[in-house]
Amino acid sequence: MNSTILRLVAGRIVAGLGSLLAVSAVVFAITGVLPGDAAQEKLGQEATPETLAALRKEMGLDRSAVVRYFDWLGGMVTGDPGKSVVTGMPVAEAVKSRLPNSLLLAAVTTAFAVPLALGLGILSALWRGSTFDRMTSMTTVAVVCVPEFLVATLAVLVFAVQLKWLPALSYETSLSSPGEMLRSFALPVLSLGSVIVAQMLRMTRAAVIDQLTAPYIEMVRLKGASAARTVLFHALPNAIGPIANAVALSLSYLLGGVIIIEVIFNYPGIARLMVDAVTQRDMPLVQACTMIFCAGYLILVLIADVCGIVANPRLRHQ
Amino acid sequence: MSTAALVPSAATVRKRNWLTHWSLAGKLGLAVIAFWGAVALVAPFLPVALGEMSDAGVFEGVSVQHWLGTDYLGRDMLVRIVAGTPYTIGVALVATLIACTLGAVLGLLAAVAGGWLDQAISRFLDTLISIPSKMLSLVIIAGFGSSVPLLIAVAAIVYTPGCFRIIRSLAVNINAMDYVVVARARGERRPYIMRREILPNIAGPLLADMGLRFVYALRLLASLSFLGLGVQPPMADWGSLVRENLGALPVGGAAVLAPALAIATLTIAVTLVIDNLPGHTDADRETH
Repeated sequence: MNSTILRLVAGRIVAGLGSLLAVSAVVFAITGVLPGDAAQEKLGQEATPETLAALRKEMGLDRSAVVRYFDWLGGMVTGDPGKSVVTGMPVAEAVKSRLPNSLLLAAVTTAFAVPLALGLGILSALWRGSTFDRMTSMTTVAVVCVPEFLVATLAVLVFAVQLKWLPALSYETSLSSPGEMLRSFALPVLSLGSVIVAQMLRMTRAAVIDQLTAPYIEMVRLKGASAARTVLFHALPNAIGPIANAVALSLSYLLGGVIIIEVIFNYPGIARLMVDAVTQRDMPLVQACTMIFCAGYLILVLIADVCGIVANPRLRHQ
Repeated sequence: MSTAALVPSAATVRKRNWLTHWSLAGKLGLAVIAFWGAVALVAPFLPVALGEMSDAGVFEGVSVQHWLGTDYLGRDMLVRIVAGTPYTIGVALVATLIACTLGAVLGLLAAVAGGWLDQAISRFLDTLISIPSKMLSLVIIAGFGSSVPLLIAVAAIVYTPGCFRIIRSLAVNINAMDYVVVARARGERRPYIMRREILPNIAGPLLADMGLRFVYALRLLASLSFLGLGVQPPMADWGSLVRENLGALPVGGAAVLAPALAIATLTIAVTLVIDNLPGHTDADRETH
């Protein structure tokens, strides 16, 4: 670690926080300001001017949009994003009960997807042009360009309906015993994982091939090193930066994919909470969930950036 | 495959058209796109009463009367899919065209104008790009409700920044070329430089990008419909058809597989075609 790296990383963190702030303004504008008067909508057409004014005051809509934004932002930062319009329950409580489930799903998927993707990616880079390589790249292209729900639907059809190995769309996700957990996790993790594996595999393959075509690898080969030695001791250490970058970026797909997967498998996570909130137009809940997702996304992009910086030898040895 | 297809006839050899350099996969993709395009154009004029109930049972398998089985209300699945094609393709196509036009105009403007205008446009669109696409669409739908014009707007807003980025980075390079400097010295105005000097040089990548955005838009809209937040009943696009007929999964019915495969064939076909376009890049694939 030297001062250049620290300065660059600090710059990225500041930029990330700036993006998050800008994102919060956009989210608040779309949900809280642009759609018009929430009080009017709640009361409908027959509202008298008096009741309307009273409700506006109660909802805090009589203040200007800027004041409401900073009020809302303050609540978000201090962990009190208000109350759900539909249930009256504090948003923080609803989020707190669901967030760990989503994080667990994400963690299990990551633990399974990263090694698999790296292994397959390195192998297809090594054997590029072979049947194995062409098969994997065809599969990944197919998986990447179809919607996530399609992968999930096919997984259910194959493993639950045809092979009967696993329960189909479980209506009660039980996380109590390890056996139960495995059974209810298998299909969500498989569907969510396949999309991420496909992404990560493509990027890993590209990163390793990039190294394998470099002149120094030619030199290593000429010196008579075995294929395994060439890849493991010479190419991989130089590809770690791009690979880490690829891993972090691919994991940001978790955020999009998890919405579909939690809904299709009825998983009690925060993404399903958000979809339900959108259906019921429960703004405080939508805002809180969106900000959590956006923060997660920006953190992953930040990690990807930092990996790229730290792994760059020109910056490391200055 | 017949031998006629393998041995090119004399006529095709003499007439070297733009298809000659395409791989077999690319031609296959083009054929699939042409097929779905034709279905989308013809569907609104078909005399079949769409969504008509019949005396058929629900989630029936493939039969002579119902080529793709029946749906959760006993309606013919083939009719439902054909009826859904214009929505599926139309919404995604219009959204893509809007997003790419807007992205290209803003990108060219930012590159040619530079300075504060470039900064302002770039910063604003960078903010939109740092919200995951599905989140941004959910937030907009939460704010404004769901309708077909809104869905078009959602997909257009979500995919404009990506297109802008590519066009801007390409245009910035061309903007530094000598002939653009000459045009500027000649006293040409910005719109002329954008349209006549830069645009023709980035048409290839723009076209490839448009295809890529179309795939993204199809996926996004299908996913939204699948969540019940996209095209609303009684209209149905392929995403909502999958959602409606999820109940067919346990009986292994064709009702859920058919619309799912329709989506898959179209998105994969477009991807295959893009790979054959000149100037396509993988650079932007990592976002969304």
